[in-house]
Amino acid sequence: MKIVVTVKQVPDPNSNLALDSDNTISRDKEVVLDPGDECGVEEGLQLKEAHGGEVVLVSMGPERAKDAIRKGLSMGADRGILISDPELAGADALLTARALAAAIRGEEPDLVICGTESYDGSTGMVPPMLAELLGMPQLTVAKKVEIDGSTVKVHRQTADGYQVVEASTPVLITVTAAIAEPRYASLKGIMAARSKEIKQVGMGDLGIERGESVETIEGIAEAETRKAGVVIEDDGTAVDRIMQLLTEAKVV
Amino acid sequence: MAKIWVYAEMNQGKLAPTSLELMSKARELGDVEAIALGAGAKAAAATLGKHGAKVVHVSEDSAFDDFVAEPATDALAALSQKGSPDLILFGFTTDSREVAGRLAARLGTGLISNAGDLVAKDGGFVAKVPYFGGARVASMKANSKPAIVLVRPKSFEPSESGGTADVQQLEVVVADGSRRAHITERVVEATEKVKLEDARVVISGGRGLGGPQNFPLLEDLAGALGGAVGASRAVVDAGWVPYSMQVGQTGKSVRPGVYIAVGISGAMQHTVGMKASKVIIAINKDAEAPIMKMADLGVVGDALKIVPALTAAVKAKKG
Repeated sequence: MKIVVTVKQVPDPNSNLALDSDNTISRDKEVVLDPGDECGVEEGLQLKEAHGGEVVLVSMGPERAKDAIRKGLSMGADRGILISDPELAGADALLTARALAAAIRGEEPDLVICGTESYDGSTGMVPPMLAELLGMPQLTVAKKVEIDGSTVKVHRQTADGYQVVEASTPVLITVTAAIAEPRYASLKGIMAARSKEIKQVGMGDLGIERGESVETIEGIAEAETRKAGVVIEDDGTAVDRIMQLLTEAKVV
Repeated sequence: MAKIWVYAEMNQGKLAPTSLELMSKARELGDVEAIALGAGAKAAAATLGKHGAKVVHVSEDSAFDDFVAEPATDALAALSQKGSPDLILFGFTTDSREVAGRLAARLGTGLISNAGDLVAKDGGFVAKVPYFGGARVASMKANSKPAIVLVRPKSFEPSESGGTADVQQLEVVVADGSRRAHITERVVEATEKVKLEDARVVISGGRGLGGPQNFPLLEDLAGALGGAVGASRAVVDAGWVPYSMQVGQTGKSVRPGVYIAVGISGAMQHTVGMKASKVIIAINKDAEAPIMKMADLGVVGDALKIVPALTAAVKAKKG
């Protein structure tokens, strides 16, 4: 079974994010493999361990996004592909999906695994676009994946439980963090990852062009912010203060 | 008049709440047609008419309920090529975004997601998209036709405008090739006592609670206040509580009378889903946590002591 896992390098969610002067989220700070994608890599590895095959990581980003791929390789993935091209800077969801699709198509995977949404953008638009461009059905928001021959069955999380959804390979899956606890890379894994292949490709190699942007940013404004209220140390009166507010709000 | 279409998401025979929210905005922007697919679509059409839809395209083909995203994408793509709308509105919900994503890729139009508001401008549409956790708002102009915009739930109030829709049966044949991701079973795990989205008081917990074993403290307080319990993405991802409790950009959007954030630092992911609450109270060990800067009352202290004391005080007052 050939498994492709998409991975993204994002600003460390545990750090304080800052905006650059061009209003994009600063990537000067610590960057990490998206924690959601780590779960995707883990699930890919577990499926490979159970069913055999190969796990290929595909990412898009600047040169240093190789670090995110390397992290996944040290967990045990077999090789990586980095789509990197200055023309792709600031790509929107559709262009991202087109670039990923072009790189993934040649791999002819049975399974494409994506995180449900990235930690930085959190819009979750790339996976359904990617499924469409690859001509695959989508099994989404999966908290459990089972494979039986060419049938893939997932538990798709809903607001009040889950749906059992199944399709035949090739198929694209999006996974939640509940899918699998990512393993730590072993020292051996880290050493082995150094010699694993990361192929770098540009837009020319993939045969895609940027095209016209489907949306343009007209302006950025500060959002209306809530006025800061009072901050108190709990000296024993906190409960009274809270009760006072609850009374004013007529909820008690 | 601009041609505005609303994808009226159906959930097991019922209109999703976002569908009517979208109608309120849609009718400000032009002539509205809605598309309702799946069980209950015909009954929904009458409601959509009362909310301003002049035409509702309906189909109750079971394929729309039984297969993920692709049948709806087929129907919308076919309709859109015939009717050439200027704008198609979707709710920013799990089901709708999967349809919208496929549709945008198929039409090659792209889309704008996570919009909080929308205005007509120079014959096009400009969406207001909160980002950086809602600290900034980007004005994004859609350059494609149709423009596809996904709007955050609870961005608009549903309201009736009166009227009757012309209900048109959709003559769409869902191809076998689109009957792929098959929903074979629906399992209900948790029934919420008070719905998070509708609760007057929401008490949410984050990592600062220390562990899932302390969530019952919040349940007790919610019980006393008649409210609901929510959570941050961090603790949902950590598996402490189910996804259905997540408040934030990718969870639920809430705007209760009182929101109590317990042990939540106030990451942008979270605040975008609750900053419209009337009163915000934060309890946190860290006085510098971002949540303290937006709370009406920030209490620096030990949540594990304060919350039970508060529950007792509420119970005492209510008698």
